[in-house]
Amino acid sequence: MSHDTAHGNHELVAEKVDAPTGQTIRSHEWDGITELNTPLPRWWINILYATILWSIGYWVVYPSWPLVSDYARGVVGYSSREEVAADLDAIKAFRAKQASGLEKASLEDIAKTPDLRRVALAAGRAAFGDNCAPCHGAGGAGAPGYPNLNDDDWLWGGTLDAIHQTLTNGVRVAGNDKTRIGLMSAFGRDGVLKTDEVRAVANHVRTLANLDAEKNYDQAKGSKVFADNCASCHGPQGKGSIEFGAPNLTDGIWLYGSNLADIIETVTNGRQGVMPAWGGRLDPVTIKALSVYVQSLGGGK
Amino acid sequence: MSVTGADDDGPLYVSSKKVYPQKVTGPFRRMKWMILIAALGVYYLLPFLRWNRGPNLPDQAVLADLPNRRFYFFFIELWPQEVYYFTGLLVIAALALFLMNSIAGRIWCGYLCPQTVWTDLFLAVERFFEGDRRERIKRDEAPLNADTIRRKVAKHAVWLLIAWWTGGAWVLYFADAPTLVRDLATFKAPAAAYLWIAILTFTTYTLAGIMREQVCIYMCPWPRIQAALTDDDALNVTYRYDRGEPRMSVKEAARAKAVSQSAGDCVDCHQCVAVCPTGIDIRDGAQLSCIQCSLCIDACDNVMTKIGRPKGLIAYDTDGNVKRRIAGEAPVYRPIRARTLIYAAIISIVGGAMLYQLATRSTAAISVLHERNPLFVRLTDGSVRNAYTIRISNKRPENRPFAITVQGVPGAVLTVPEAAPTADYRAVVTIPPDTTREVRAFVTVPKDVPLQKSQDILITASDLFAGEVVNARDHFMGP
Ligand code: SF4
Ligand code: SF4
Repeated sequence: MSHDTAHGNHELVAEKVDAPTGQTIRSHEWDGITELNTPLPRWWINILYATILWSIGYWVVYPSWPLVSDYARGVVGYSSREEVAADLDAIKAFRAKQASGLEKASLEDIAKTPDLRRVALAAGRAAFGDNCAPCHGAGGAGAPGYPNLNDDDWLWGGTLDAIHQTLTNGVRVAGNDKTRIGLMSAFGRDGVLKTDEVRAVANHVRTLANLDAEKNYDQAKGSKVFADNCASCHGPQGKGSIEFGAPNLTDGIWLYGSNLADIIETVTNGRQGVMPAWGGRLDPVTIKALSVYVQSLGGGK
Repeated sequence: MSVTGADDDGPLYVSSKKVYPQKVTGPFRRMKWMILIAALGVYYLLPFLRWNRGPNLPDQAVLADLPNRRFYFFFIELWPQEVYYFTGLLVIAALALFLMNSIAGRIWCGYLCPQTVWTDLFLAVERFFEGDRRERIKRDEAPLNADTIRRKVAKHAVWLLIAWWTGGAWVLYFADAPTLVRDLATFKAPAAAYLWIAILTFTTYTLAGIMREQVCIYMCPWPRIQAALTDDDALNVTYRYDRGEPRMSVKEAARAKAVSQSAGDCVDCHQCVAVCPTGIDIRDGAQLSCIQCSLCIDACDNVMTKIGRPKGLIAYDTDGNVKRRIAGEAPVYRPIRARTLIYAAIISIVGGAMLYQLATRSTAAISVLHERNPLFVRLTDGSVRNAYTIRISNKRPENRPFAITVQGVPGAVLTVPEAAPTADYRAVVTIPPDTTREVRAFVTVPKDVPLQKSQDILITASDLFAGEVVNARDHFMGP
């Protein structure tokens, strides 16, 4: 737009005017490079002053200067720590309200009422992560010796009440008379069975689950030893019993492994897995929530 | 290197000169009034428009429901995961600005920008109380008297009222408008509402009443951007100096013509300067401070009509055409050219894509998360089972039962323990209105089905009544 200088109508009277823009030129110059005179509007600098004043307001209102043993607390007494504490209290109050819903309802009702169930699952998941996951795994997948909670095989029963009972009193907890106790004794180590008997019965157990046995193992001895020593808990067909926490030996689920060596080890030295009684450690509402959550993992039984 | 001169020429900061825009009439002014009434009418009244969405949802036509994370616009209800519609709108808005700009310059600034619309309104109020340009200048130059004070107080009071009303209308978009109005009046509304009203009252009053053209000249990025977007064919409010120069009064022109000297049509009456809301002279050429409100066109056309010369000394034109006319060539107008076509094409592509997306938008959604610990379990009967967390969203205002099924592995069955299966053994989950629910589902494959480590599956939720179907792909893990 270069036409405007021909008829420009400028009020600025300065020595030098820049032709294309019609603006005055400041008098300093560097090797022929000059600068247009473009003063900022006054309100611009005023806003800077205003923000400085505003910041002084902050010193007065909010915590600001460090002092020798304290800090300037500000007139409104704001503290981010107190704000967090207040938020936590609000959450606790909210949780307490939800917990009272769980407290009153029976396990069945919690599982059946969608709103209660959602609360229980959320609380149960949190409690599971804090307390159960170290042994059973984050999603309850378990590990050798620590049952997988996602399948449909429950040593001590997979109903809500059975799970609640197991959670409350634990497994093989000394001094708790309601705890789950099953006796898988060390048949080999204690001298009840001889080495060849252990091997024979281990082979027999594998046949119960349709697994291959050693070709020339003593079948007669195996089934006799089983009938004499094992059937009392595991049942004559090896179907197990929830009452004694005796696992079903005919299915594909093996807590301590299904290799011949694993089974020989189990029969020789026994298995005495334990689980703490959470009754005294967690509050009743949490245990209820955990029961519903644990049952939801595998759909219960 | 030579450095010459001392830094003593003039202040670094200057007080802004007050602009006293004069009243003007004409077609552009009339159009601007109409746009102003329409724009402000929509802004102030829209929150009160009702729109029936059924019993469980708000009946406000336009509502940003922040606590519940929903946005309602007439028949559209958006969930937070659909904010890409806003991205699309922003893309279209930006391109629409580009398009306007390449056709006729700062149409946005001159007619549509809130800064312009509210400033126009505030100027009208100012004129109503303090009189037109001359009277206002005289008043400000004369010592304050009771009359001036009374008029100024009245003006600021009305400004504040408009500003307050502006802030008030803003908050109504975020809550049920009639209820909020009642709560505001009885001082029962949430503190945030009052705070926002106060903030917007302050900004409206300052920007439209006090800052005015300073906002456009110093604060707004758009003049800078548009300067980079304009090209030789974009129409702009232009002083046709080919016709106007040399400027001289009617009498002088008559004299010049008598001795066959050239005389321009501009009579140097300064009417275009007097009406300019940013206080500039369009005859200096296109400039950043010109918001292209076209009021100088109206002013100049009025003058030309009065002195019997053709209108259009100031008009929408290009500098190139002015030069062409000087060179004796015909002017060229090219509103349709590659640039405008490309902008228009992108706008229609993005707009079309959004419309298509909206029209075929589902009112349900599903997402599936595979359980990772364990990836699979073997059940007592030897079958293999995977667990999934399935989230289903129901975006309709009524309860909807969804049947969840699985495809991809022969014999696979999907069960949801907390849901009652139907007669045909499908798991049916009922999702409450306008809600997302999460359920744990099991997919079980019988023992004798051969399985790889991982196989693709498709999980489907179908609305039993409306028939809407949503799918999610996932995997089934085997030993
Ligand atoms: S310059 Fe900026 S604020 Fe002024 S009218 Fe244009 S877009 Fe609006
Ligand atoms: S020069 Fe004309 S078009 Fe530009 S802002 Fe002023 S009155 Fe409006």
